[in-house]
Amino acid sequence: MFPSRFRYEAPHSLDEAIGLLHGGDYVKVLAGGQSLVPMMKLRFASPEMLVDINNLPGLAYHRTDPDGSLRIGALCRHADLERSDLLKGSQPTMAAAAPLVADPLVRNRGTLVGSLCHADPQGDWASVMLALGGSVIAQGPGGRRAIPLAEFVTGPFETVLEHDEIAIEAVVPPAKGVRSGGYLKLERRVGDFATVGVAVAIETSGTTVVRAGIALTGVGGSTIGATEAAQALTGKPLTADGIAGAAELAAAAAQPRTDHRGTAEYKRQLVRVFVKRILAGGQPAGATGEPAERAA
Amino acid sequence: MTMVQDDLSDEAPDEFPVRRIKFTVNGRKKLAEVEPRLLLADLIRRGVGLTGTHRGCDTTNCGACTVLVDGRAIKSCTMLAVQVDGREVTTVEGLATASELHPIQEGFKQEHGLQCGFCTPGMMLAAKELLDRNPDPTEEDVRWAISGNLCRCTGYQNIVKSVLWAAEKLRAEG
Repeated sequence: MFPSRFRYEAPHSLDEAIGLLHGGDYVKVLAGGQSLVPMMKLRFASPEMLVDINNLPGLAYHRTDPDGSLRIGALCRHADLERSDLLKGSQPTMAAAAPLVADPLVRNRGTLVGSLCHADPQGDWASVMLALGGSVIAQGPGGRRAIPLAEFVTGPFETVLEHDEIAIEAVVPPAKGVRSGGYLKLERRVGDFATVGVAVAIETSGTTVVRAGIALTGVGGSTIGATEAAQALTGKPLTADGIAGAAELAAAAAQPRTDHRGTAEYKRQLVRVFVKRILAGGQPAGATGEPAERAA
Repeated sequence: MTMVQDDLSDEAPDEFPVRRIKFTVNGRKKLAEVEPRLLLADLIRRGVGLTGTHRGCDTTNCGACTVLVDGRAIKSCTMLAVQVDGREVTTVEGLATASELHPIQEGFKQEHGLQCGFCTPGMMLAAKELLDRNPDPTEEDVRWAISGNLCRCTGYQNIVKSVLWAAEKLRAEG
Protein backbone atom coordinates (compact mmCIF):
# COMPACT_ATOMS: atom_id res chain seq x y z
CA MET A 1 0.00 0.00 0.00
CA PHE A 2 1.05 3.58 -0.59
CA PRO A 3 -0.67 6.95 -0.32
CA SER A 4 -2.24 9.00 -3.09
CA ARG A 5 0.06 11.59 -4.63
CA PHE A 6 0.67 14.72 -2.62
CA ARG A 7 2.98 17.67 -2.57
CA TYR A 8 5.52 17.63 0.24
CA GLU A 9 7.16 20.54 2.00
CA ALA A 10 9.54 20.35 4.94
CA PRO A 11 10.01 23.94 6.09
CA HIS A 12 12.67 25.03 8.56
CA SER A 13 10.71 27.76 10.33
CA LEU A 14 7.29 27.97 11.92
CA ASP A 15 6.30 31.06 9.95
CA GLU A 16 7.16 29.30 6.72
CA ALA A 17 5.09 26.29 7.81
CA ILE A 18 2.06 28.43 8.64
CA GLY A 19 2.45 30.24 5.32
CA LEU A 20 2.29 26.90 3.50
CA LEU A 21 -1.00 26.04 5.25
CA HIS A 22 -2.56 29.24 4.05
CA GLY A 23 -3.11 28.13 0.47
CA GLY A 24 -6.55 26.69 1.12
CA ASP A 25 -5.84 23.27 -0.39
CA TYR A 26 -6.43 20.15 1.65
CA VAL A 27 -3.21 20.38 3.63
CA LYS A 28 -2.21 18.22 6.59
CA VAL A 29 0.59 18.79 9.08
CA LEU A 30 2.92 15.80 9.43
CA ALA A 31 4.58 15.29 12.81
CA GLY A 32 5.11 11.64 13.88
CA GLY A 33 2.81 10.38 11.15
CA GLN A 34 1.91 7.22 13.05
CA SER A 35 -1.80 7.74 12.45
CA LEU A 36 -1.72 9.99 9.39
CA VAL A 37 0.55 7.80 7.23
CA PRO A 38 -1.50 4.60 7.84
CA MET A 39 -4.70 6.52 7.05
CA MET A 40 -3.14 7.86 3.86
CA LYS A 41 -2.01 4.36 2.86
CA LEU A 42 -5.56 3.11 3.36
CA ARG A 43 -6.74 6.18 1.38
CA PHE A 44 -8.97 7.24 4.27
CA ALA A 45 -7.07 10.52 3.98
CA SER A 46 -5.73 11.93 0.71
CA PRO A 47 -4.36 15.38 1.44
CA GLU A 48 -3.08 17.41 -1.48
CA MET A 49 -0.10 18.57 0.49
CA LEU A 50 1.83 17.54 3.59
CA VAL A 51 3.70 20.10 5.63
CA ASP A 52 6.32 18.08 7.50
CA ILE A 53 7.21 19.92 10.72
CA ASN A 54 10.01 17.54 11.76
CA ASN A 55 12.67 20.03 10.67
CA LEU A 56 11.28 22.89 12.75
CA PRO A 57 13.74 23.80 15.49
CA GLY A 58 12.94 23.85 19.19
CA LEU A 59 9.74 21.80 19.35
CA ALA A 60 11.06 18.51 20.77
CA TYR A 61 10.96 19.62 24.40
CA HIS A 62 8.90 18.87 27.45
CA ARG A 63 9.61 20.99 30.49
CA THR A 64 8.16 22.46 33.64
CA ASP A 65 7.93 26.25 33.66
CA PRO A 66 8.62 28.33 36.81
CA ASP A 67 4.85 28.68 37.35
CA GLY A 68 4.59 24.89 37.57
CA SER A 69 2.92 24.30 34.24
CA LEU A 70 4.14 21.41 32.08
CA ARG A 71 4.70 22.24 28.42
CA ILE A 72 5.05 19.58 25.73
CA GLY A 73 6.33 20.66 22.31
CA ALA A 74 4.85 19.41 19.05
CA LEU A 75 7.86 17.18 18.33
CA CYS A 76 8.10 15.57 21.78
CA ARG A 77 7.71 11.83 21.08
CA HIS A 78 5.72 9.41 23.22
CA ALA A 79 9.00 7.61 24.02
CA ASP A 80 10.50 10.84 25.40
CA LEU A 81 7.59 11.04 27.83
CA GLU A 82 7.79 7.33 28.65
CA ARG A 83 11.42 7.76 29.74
CA SER A 84 10.96 11.17 31.33
CA ASP A 85 12.13 11.67 34.91
CA LEU A 86 10.17 14.90 34.91
CA LEU A 87 6.82 13.09 34.73
CA LYS A 88 7.62 10.34 37.24
CA GLY A 89 7.18 12.38 40.37
CA SER A 90 4.87 15.19 39.39
CA GLN A 91 2.58 13.85 36.67
CA PRO A 92 1.26 10.42 37.69
CA THR A 93 -1.56 10.34 35.12
CA MET A 94 0.79 11.15 32.24
CA ALA A 95 3.51 8.82 33.52
CA ALA A 96 0.98 5.97 33.65
CA ALA A 97 -0.34 6.64 30.14
CA ALA A 98 2.94 7.17 28.26
CA PRO A 99 4.06 3.50 28.21
CA LEU A 100 0.56 2.36 27.18
CA VAL A 101 0.37 4.35 23.95
CA ALA A 102 0.59 2.03 20.91
CA ASP A 103 3.87 0.03 20.94
CA PRO A 104 7.56 0.94 21.49
CA LEU A 105 8.28 1.47 17.78
CA VAL A 106 5.30 3.76 17.28
CA ARG A 107 6.18 5.59 20.51
CA ASN A 108 9.62 6.38 19.08
CA ARG A 109 8.01 8.41 16.34
CA GLY A 110 4.49 9.50 17.36
CA THR A 111 3.89 12.72 19.30
CA LEU A 112 1.50 13.74 22.05
CA VAL A 113 0.42 16.93 20.27
CA GLY A 114 -0.14 15.00 17.03
CA SER A 115 -2.28 12.49 18.91
CA LEU A 116 -4.43 15.33 20.28
CA CYS A 117 -4.86 16.80 16.79
CA HIS A 118 -5.74 13.42 15.31
CA ALA A 119 -8.64 13.31 17.84
CA ASP A 120 -9.24 9.60 17.56
CA PRO A 121 -11.89 8.63 20.17
CA GLN A 122 -9.52 5.81 21.06
CA GLY A 123 -6.49 8.05 21.50
CA ASP A 124 -5.03 7.92 24.99
CA TRP A 125 -3.56 11.42 25.31
CA ALA A 126 -6.80 13.30 24.71
CA SER A 127 -8.31 11.62 27.79
CA VAL A 128 -5.23 12.27 29.87
CA MET A 129 -5.07 15.94 28.90
CA LEU A 130 -8.81 16.37 29.39
CA ALA A 131 -8.61 14.89 32.90
CA LEU A 132 -5.69 17.21 33.71
CA GLY A 133 -7.49 20.30 32.40
CA GLY A 134 -4.84 20.79 29.74
CA SER A 135 -4.92 22.91 26.64
CA VAL A 136 -3.43 23.09 23.16
CA ILE A 137 -1.49 26.13 21.97
CA ALA A 138 -2.23 26.82 18.31
CA GLN A 139 -0.33 29.27 16.16
CA GLY A 140 -1.72 30.80 12.99
CA PRO A 141 -1.08 33.87 10.85
CA GLY A 142 -2.85 36.04 13.44
CA GLY A 143 -0.87 34.83 16.45
CA ARG A 144 -1.24 32.28 19.22
CA ARG A 145 -4.26 31.06 21.14
CA ALA A 146 -4.75 28.54 23.93
CA ILE A 147 -7.60 26.09 23.44
CA PRO A 148 -8.75 24.04 26.47
CA LEU A 149 -8.95 20.32 25.65
CA ALA A 150 -12.64 20.35 26.58
CA GLU A 151 -13.23 22.69 23.63
CA PHE A 152 -10.48 21.39 21.36
CA VAL A 153 -11.96 18.04 20.36
CA THR A 154 -15.39 18.42 18.77
CA GLY A 155 -16.00 14.90 17.51
CA PRO A 156 -14.31 11.84 16.03
CA PHE A 157 -11.18 13.07 14.19
CA GLU A 158 -12.46 16.65 14.51
CA THR A 159 -10.94 19.60 16.33
CA VAL A 160 -11.44 23.37 16.35
CA LEU A 161 -8.01 23.94 14.74
CA GLU A 162 -8.29 26.30 11.77
CA HIS A 163 -6.82 25.13 8.46
CA ASP A 164 -3.96 27.63 8.77
CA GLU A 165 -3.11 26.88 12.40
CA ILE A 166 -0.44 24.53 13.73
CA ALA A 167 -0.70 23.03 17.21
CA ILE A 168 2.74 23.80 18.55
CA GLU A 169 2.41 22.83 22.19
CA ALA A 170 0.24 21.15 24.82
CA VAL A 171 0.10 22.60 28.33
CA VAL A 172 -0.83 21.04 31.66
CA PRO A 173 -1.66 23.78 34.19
CA PRO A 174 0.13 23.95 37.54
CA ALA A 175 -1.32 21.74 40.28
CA LYS A 176 -3.45 23.32 43.00
CA GLY A 177 -2.37 20.59 45.39
CA VAL A 178 -0.54 17.26 45.44
CA ARG A 179 -1.16 15.36 42.22
CA SER A 180 -2.29 11.74 42.18
CA GLY A 181 -4.21 9.56 39.76
CA GLY A 182 -3.36 7.32 36.87
CA TYR A 183 -4.36 5.83 33.56
CA LEU A 184 -5.66 2.33 33.03
CA LYS A 185 -6.32 0.77 29.67
CA LEU A 186 -7.55 -2.59 28.52
CA GLU A 187 -6.24 -3.65 25.13
CA ARG A 188 -6.43 -7.07 23.55
CA ARG A 189 -2.74 -6.93 22.73
CA VAL A 190 0.02 -4.34 22.65
CA GLY A 191 -0.65 -1.77 19.95
CA ASP A 192 -4.35 -2.50 19.61
CA PHE A 193 -6.81 0.32 20.10
CA ALA A 194 -8.18 0.62 23.63
CA THR A 195 -11.19 -1.50 24.50
CA VAL A 196 -11.57 0.99 27.36
CA GLY A 197 -9.20 3.56 28.84
CA VAL A 198 -9.75 5.68 31.94
CA ALA A 199 -7.73 8.74 32.97
CA VAL A 200 -8.05 10.09 36.49
CA ALA A 201 -6.25 13.19 37.77
CA ILE A 202 -6.67 14.31 41.38
CA GLU A 203 -5.16 17.26 43.21
CA THR A 204 -5.29 17.17 46.98
CA SER A 205 -4.60 19.86 49.55
CA GLY A 206 -4.29 18.29 53.00
CA THR A 207 -6.99 15.65 52.81
CA THR A 208 -9.32 17.65 50.59
CA VAL A 209 -9.61 17.05 46.87
CA VAL A 210 -9.29 20.52 45.36
CA ARG A 211 -9.46 19.42 41.73
CA ALA A 212 -10.53 16.24 40.01
CA GLY A 213 -10.68 15.20 36.38
CA ILE A 214 -11.91 11.94 34.87
CA ALA A 215 -11.94 11.19 31.15
CA LEU A 216 -12.77 8.09 29.13
CA THR A 217 -11.13 6.57 26.04
CA GLY A 218 -12.85 4.37 23.47
CA VAL A 219 -16.36 4.41 24.92
CA GLY A 220 -18.02 7.00 22.69
CA GLY A 221 -17.84 8.99 19.49
CA SER A 222 -15.12 11.16 20.99
CA THR A 223 -13.13 11.47 24.19
CA ILE A 224 -15.60 11.75 27.07
CA GLY A 225 -15.10 14.00 30.07
CA ALA A 226 -16.89 12.50 33.06
CA THR A 227 -17.46 15.90 34.63
CA GLU A 228 -20.20 14.89 37.08
CA ALA A 229 -18.03 12.09 38.42
CA ALA A 230 -15.15 14.54 38.88
CA GLN A 231 -17.35 17.13 40.55
CA ALA A 232 -18.63 14.54 43.01
CA LEU A 233 -15.07 14.07 44.29
CA THR A 234 -14.19 17.74 44.60
CA GLY A 235 -14.19 19.74 47.84
CA LYS A 236 -14.05 16.79 50.20
CA PRO A 237 -11.66 14.03 51.28
CA LEU A 238 -11.43 10.89 49.18
CA THR A 239 -13.58 8.21 50.83
CA ALA A 240 -14.66 4.72 49.83
CA ASP A 241 -18.24 5.90 49.36
CA GLY A 242 -17.11 8.89 47.34
CA ILE A 243 -15.02 6.66 45.09
CA ALA A 244 -17.90 4.24 44.53
CA GLY A 245 -20.19 7.15 43.69
CA ALA A 246 -17.71 8.65 41.23
CA ALA A 247 -17.24 5.24 39.58
CA GLU A 248 -21.01 4.96 39.03
CA LEU A 249 -21.21 8.46 37.57
CA ALA A 250 -18.27 7.78 35.25
CA ALA A 251 -19.86 4.52 34.09
CA ALA A 252 -23.09 6.43 33.41
CA ALA A 253 -21.20 9.02 31.35
CA ALA A 254 -19.74 6.34 29.06
CA GLN A 255 -21.49 5.75 25.74
CA PRO A 256 -20.01 2.39 24.79
CA ARG A 257 -21.09 0.32 21.81
CA THR A 258 -21.00 -3.42 21.48
CA ASP A 259 -18.33 -4.48 19.00
CA HIS A 260 -15.64 -7.12 18.50
CA ARG A 261 -13.78 -5.80 21.56
CA GLY A 262 -16.68 -6.44 23.93
CA THR A 263 -20.28 -5.67 24.79
CA ALA A 264 -21.44 -2.22 25.82
CA GLU A 265 -22.21 -3.46 29.32
CA TYR A 266 -18.78 -5.05 29.67
CA LYS A 267 -17.11 -1.79 28.70
CA ARG A 268 -19.28 0.19 31.09
CA GLN A 269 -18.29 -2.19 33.88
CA LEU A 270 -14.62 -1.68 32.98
CA VAL A 271 -15.03 2.08 33.37
CA ARG A 272 -16.50 1.49 36.84
CA VAL A 273 -13.68 -0.85 37.86
CA PHE A 274 -10.87 1.32 36.44
CA VAL A 275 -12.12 4.48 38.20
CA LYS A 276 -12.21 2.56 41.49
CA ARG A 277 -8.79 1.00 40.97
CA ILE A 278 -7.09 4.28 40.17
CA LEU A 279 -8.74 6.19 43.00
CA ALA A 280 -8.16 3.42 45.55
CA GLY A 281 -4.45 3.77 44.93
CA GLY A 282 -4.76 7.51 44.55
CA GLN A 283 -4.21 9.01 47.96
CA PRO A 284 -1.00 10.98 48.04
CA ALA A 285 1.66 9.86 50.48
CA GLY A 286 1.17 11.38 53.91
CA ALA A 287 -2.53 12.07 53.44
CA THR A 288 -4.67 11.13 56.38
CA GLY A 289 -8.39 10.64 56.61
CA GLU A 290 -10.59 7.69 55.94
CA PRO A 291 -8.61 5.15 53.97
CA ALA A 292 -9.97 4.36 50.56
CA GLU A 293 -11.11 0.80 50.16
CA ARG A 294 -9.29 -1.13 47.46
CA ALA A 295 -11.99 -1.77 44.94
CA ALA A 296 -12.51 -4.61 42.49
CA MET B 1 31.42 3.35 -8.36
CA THR B 2 28.21 4.06 -10.23
CA MET B 3 25.01 3.33 -8.35
CA VAL B 4 22.23 1.89 -10.46
CA GLN B 5 18.76 1.76 -8.99
CA ASP B 6 15.12 1.52 -9.96
CA ASP B 7 13.66 4.78 -11.15
CA LEU B 8 10.76 5.13 -8.77
CA SER B 9 9.65 8.48 -10.09
CA ASP B 10 8.74 7.70 -13.71
CA GLU B 11 5.03 8.41 -13.40
CA ALA B 12 5.16 11.47 -11.20
CA PRO B 13 3.57 14.39 -13.01
CA ASP B 14 5.13 17.83 -12.73
CA GLU B 15 2.82 19.05 -9.98
CA PHE B 16 4.20 16.34 -7.69
CA PRO B 17 7.91 16.88 -8.15
CA VAL B 18 10.35 14.23 -7.07
CA ARG B 19 12.72 15.18 -4.31
CA ARG B 20 16.39 14.59 -4.21
CA ILE B 21 17.51 13.26 -0.82
CA LYS B 22 20.84 12.38 0.74
CA PHE B 23 21.01 9.82 3.48
CA THR B 24 23.19 7.11 4.94
CA VAL B 25 22.40 3.40 4.95
CA ASN B 26 24.61 1.24 7.15
CA GLY B 27 27.35 3.84 6.99
CA ARG B 28 27.24 4.29 3.19
CA LYS B 29 26.18 7.61 1.75
CA LYS B 30 23.31 7.47 -0.74
CA LEU B 31 21.58 9.86 -3.09
CA ALA B 32 18.06 9.20 -4.28
CA GLU B 33 15.28 10.86 -6.21
CA VAL B 34 12.00 9.91 -4.65
CA GLU B 35 8.36 10.68 -5.02
CA PRO B 36 7.11 12.06 -1.68
CA ARG B 37 4.65 9.20 -1.25
CA LEU B 38 7.35 6.54 -1.42
CA LEU B 39 7.60 4.76 1.93
CA LEU B 40 10.93 4.19 3.63
CA ALA B 41 10.46 0.41 3.46
CA ASP B 42 10.25 0.65 -0.34
CA LEU B 43 13.24 2.95 -0.60
CA ILE B 44 15.28 0.42 1.34
CA ARG B 45 14.01 -2.69 -0.43
CA ARG B 46 13.49 -1.49 -4.01
CA GLY B 47 15.73 1.55 -4.18
CA VAL B 48 18.77 0.51 -2.18
CA GLY B 49 18.13 -3.18 -2.81
CA LEU B 50 18.47 -4.32 0.79
CA THR B 51 15.76 -6.93 1.24
CA GLY B 52 16.53 -7.88 4.83
CA THR B 53 13.96 -5.29 5.87
CA HIS B 54 10.74 -7.24 5.54
CA ARG B 55 7.32 -6.09 4.58
CA GLY B 56 4.82 -7.90 6.79
CA CYS B 57 1.46 -6.43 7.62
CA ASP B 58 2.02 -3.06 5.94
CA THR B 59 -0.38 -1.57 8.54
CA THR B 60 1.95 -0.46 11.38
CA ASN B 61 1.28 -3.59 13.40
CA CYS B 62 3.87 -6.31 12.93
CA GLY B 63 7.28 -4.61 13.15
CA ALA B 64 8.89 -6.81 10.45
CA CYS B 65 9.97 -3.61 8.65
CA THR B 66 11.74 -2.16 11.71
CA VAL B 67 14.91 -0.19 11.00
CA LEU B 68 16.89 2.35 13.00
CA VAL B 69 16.67 6.00 11.96
CA ASP B 70 19.28 8.04 13.82
CA GLY B 71 19.48 5.16 16.31
CA ARG B 72 15.77 4.91 17.06
CA ALA B 73 13.79 1.82 16.04
CA ILE B 74 10.85 2.71 13.83
CA LYS B 75 8.46 0.99 11.43
CA SER B 76 9.71 1.80 7.94
CA CYS B 77 6.27 1.14 6.41
CA THR B 78 5.02 4.15 8.39
CA MET B 79 7.62 6.72 7.51
CA LEU B 80 8.03 8.52 4.21
CA ALA B 81 11.31 7.99 2.39
CA VAL B 82 11.78 11.76 1.95
CA GLN B 83 11.90 12.06 5.73
CA VAL B 84 15.29 10.33 5.97
CA ASP B 85 16.92 13.22 4.11
CA GLY B 86 20.09 13.96 6.07
CA ARG B 87 19.54 11.04 8.42
CA GLU B 88 21.24 7.76 9.17
CA VAL B 89 19.42 4.48 8.53
CA THR B 90 20.56 1.13 9.92
CA THR B 91 19.07 -2.08 8.56
CA VAL B 92 19.73 -5.69 9.57
CA GLU B 93 22.44 -5.82 6.90
CA GLY B 94 24.33 -3.22 8.93
CA LEU B 95 24.71 -5.40 12.01
CA ALA B 96 27.33 -7.91 10.88
CA THR B 97 30.80 -7.24 9.52
CA ALA B 98 32.10 -9.19 6.53
CA SER B 99 33.51 -11.90 8.73
CA GLU B 100 31.66 -11.72 12.03
CA LEU B 101 28.08 -11.83 13.18
CA HIS B 102 26.90 -9.10 15.51
CA PRO B 103 26.44 -10.44 19.07
CA ILE B 104 22.66 -10.02 18.63
CA GLN B 105 22.76 -12.25 15.55
CA GLU B 106 24.99 -14.70 17.37
CA GLY B 107 22.48 -14.73 20.21
CA PHE B 108 19.64 -15.65 17.86
CA LYS B 109 21.81 -18.49 16.53
CA GLN B 110 22.88 -19.75 19.93
CA GLU B 111 19.44 -19.62 21.54
CA HIS B 112 17.39 -20.70 18.50
CA GLY B 113 15.70 -17.31 18.37
CA LEU B 114 14.07 -17.90 15.02
CA GLN B 115 11.97 -20.44 13.21
CA CYS B 116 10.76 -19.04 9.88
CA GLY B 117 12.91 -15.93 10.29
CA PHE B 118 10.46 -13.41 8.87
CA CYS B 119 10.22 -11.29 12.02
CA THR B 120 13.90 -11.69 12.87
CA PRO B 121 15.40 -8.54 11.28
CA GLY B 122 12.82 -6.37 13.04
CA MET B 123 13.35 -8.19 16.33
CA MET B 124 17.11 -7.69 16.08
CA LEU B 125 16.85 -3.98 15.42
CA ALA B 126 14.33 -3.43 18.23
CA ALA B 127 16.82 -5.34 20.42
CA LYS B 128 19.71 -3.23 19.13
CA GLU B 129 18.02 -0.02 20.22
CA LEU B 130 17.27 -1.52 23.64
CA LEU B 131 20.84 -2.71 24.20
CA ASP B 132 22.33 0.58 23.01
CA ARG B 133 20.25 2.34 25.65
CA ASN B 134 20.26 -0.30 28.36
CA PRO B 135 23.20 -2.76 28.28
CA ASP B 136 21.86 -4.79 31.22
CA PRO B 137 18.14 -5.32 30.62
CA THR B 138 15.89 -7.58 32.65
CA GLU B 139 13.74 -10.20 30.93
CA GLU B 140 10.81 -7.81 31.44
CA ASP B 141 12.74 -4.98 29.73
CA VAL B 142 13.38 -7.22 26.72
CA ARG B 143 9.74 -8.30 26.48
CA TRP B 144 8.68 -4.67 26.70
CA ALA B 145 11.15 -3.59 23.99
CA ILE B 146 10.00 -6.20 21.46
CA SER B 147 6.28 -5.76 22.22
CA GLY B 148 5.82 -3.93 18.91
CA ASN B 149 7.22 -6.88 16.94
CA LEU B 150 5.06 -9.88 16.16
CA CYS B 151 6.40 -13.42 15.75
CA ARG B 152 3.83 -15.77 14.21
CA CYS B 153 5.90 -18.85 14.97
CA THR B 154 5.26 -17.86 18.62
CA GLY B 155 8.90 -18.11 19.38
CA TYR B 156 9.05 -15.24 21.87
CA GLN B 157 10.60 -17.37 24.61
CA ASN B 158 13.75 -18.00 22.61
CA ILE B 159 13.82 -14.50 21.16
CA VAL B 160 13.96 -13.10 24.69
CA LYS B 161 16.72 -15.58 25.58
CA SER B 162 18.63 -14.55 22.44
CA VAL B 163 18.55 -10.86 23.34
CA LEU B 164 19.64 -11.59 26.91
CA TRP B 165 22.48 -13.75 25.54
CA ALA B 166 23.56 -10.86 23.32
CA ALA B 167 23.38 -8.41 26.22
CA GLU B 168 25.71 -10.60 28.27
CA LYS B 169 28.14 -11.02 25.37
CA LEU B 170 28.18 -7.28 24.66
CA ARG B 171 28.83 -6.52 28.34
CA ALA B 172 31.67 -9.05 28.43
CA GLU B 173 33.18 -7.45 25.34
CA GLY B 174 32.90 -4.07 27.05
